[in-house]
Amino acid sequence: MSTNGHIARDESTFTTKAGLAEMLKGGVIMDVVTAEEARIAEAAGAAAVMALERVPADIRRDGGVARMSDPEMIQGIQEAVSIPVMAKARIGHFAEAQVLEALEVDYIDESEVLTPADTANHIDKWAFKAPFVCGATNLGEALRRIGEGAAMIRSKGEAGTGDIVNAVTHLRRIRSEIRHLTVLGPEELAAAAKELQAPLPLVRQVAADGKLPVVLFCAGGIATPADASLVMQLGAEGVFVGSGIFKSSDPERRARAIVEATTHYADPARVAAASTGLGAAMESIETSKLEAEQLLSPRGW
Amino acid sequence: MSATSVSHRAQGVGSAVVGVLALQGDFEAHERVLTGLGVGTRQVRVPADLDGLDALVLPGGESTVMTLGVEREGLTAPLRELAAGGLPIFGTCAGMIMLDRDHLGILDVATQRNAFGRQLHSFEASFRLAGVSGGPVHAIFIRAPWVTELGPAVSVLAEVDGHPVAVRQGRVLALSFHPELTGEDRLHRFFLSLAGLLPASAKET
Repeated sequence: MSTNGHIARDESTFTTKAGLAEMLKGGVIMDVVTAEEARIAEAAGAAAVMALERVPADIRRDGGVARMSDPEMIQGIQEAVSIPVMAKARIGHFAEAQVLEALEVDYIDESEVLTPADTANHIDKWAFKAPFVCGATNLGEALRRIGEGAAMIRSKGEAGTGDIVNAVTHLRRIRSEIRHLTVLGPEELAAAAKELQAPLPLVRQVAADGKLPVVLFCAGGIATPADASLVMQLGAEGVFVGSGIFKSSDPERRARAIVEATTHYADPARVAAASTGLGAAMESIETSKLEAEQLLSPRGW
Repeated sequence: MSATSVSHRAQGVGSAVVGVLALQGDFEAHERVLTGLGVGTRQVRVPADLDGLDALVLPGGESTVMTLGVEREGLTAPLRELAAGGLPIFGTCAGMIMLDRDHLGILDVATQRNAFGRQLHSFEASFRLAGVSGGPVHAIFIRAPWVTELGPAVSVLAEVDGHPVAVRQGRVLALSFHPELTGEDRLHRFFLSLAGLLPASAKET
């Protein structure tokens, strides 16, 4: 045996931050508002839970300013489960993020679902030891967030609707813009970076690799096992389900079904089996019927 | 795409086929390393995917998700049978937990989950592993477990702060960390050597 004695270690590097997202791949991250919901989510196979005070459907219904959750609630959820616990901070609200880091949440979601705190700036995520996931509607937005230190990206979709259409649009756009970069010549990448409003070194990296430098999940509107299969086939590496589980008629069963469909996303027979007899999906809203000021996905800059 | 083509998605050029449990986690990262060493891989989601495998990798991910998945898919008994029959198995992080006494019971160890703490305490470090040449290995620990108890057949290959983080029992190898994410392939070579599967083309020149 090698006796190593005390080993020097580097904690919370970008590699460990992005590495946790690698561990979540192929998994389902579920919104929960109580410790009891967190236990149900974990028992159903959630890869992580997102602790928040109200699911997006309720935020949408209630209106008002949506903020970071009460630390007591987050700690209750941390004590209830052994899987990673994520929590949301408002866009630009670095003090909320500092509180979440002090609570040792495993991932901070700088989220458009909460009311933005800064109309121009996102959080400087490099200043934190805790990793961040951020939403994006296109490649430029994803790379701006990564440039600010995000270690994981998710589509924004349109949270709290149960309508998958915007998540599909965002995923397709991100993937198509990545493909476009891979066929450009090196001399064309600076103009592409300008067009995307994204940092040139990251644009070069994406052009060379044909993929984002961090894990890409889908969020915003997933309500059924088939929704999960759809976005996985479109290139998502895992899914967030917000209101879709605990706003449905049988949350435990639907949670298990979405987990199963995410694993077997490319096997229609398994997705069919998972979709059978789940009861009613969440009460949904057609995104195209929403007024511009009701949309959450344009929040963020 | 049919279920069969998904389940039997084999890649690589070697004659050996290493299965990678693909219920959840970073299984693709393991496949990339193995493919780079000239070994064929197959994603394992259902018992039929286990047919004719030469070795198996249990990847990193969330051990609760993998445990539920293994039960749901009816993989527990076939995995134990294959292990009892001498199938070489390599587990990393969650994969180490899956192998322990409380889960599949393939490795005679007890482990503690998230032993180093929450994500803020995830870390990188370099240290030597017994049996692995070429100097210290660079290791990434993510909410990592360590071994708390081990049986007489288990040897410890490395420790961090006095806790075993790399153990071996015959042709079963388990690590608390993630060699699949570091961009070096020495641990996968080490496993393939234990399994007698390292292609001649991948041996040290």
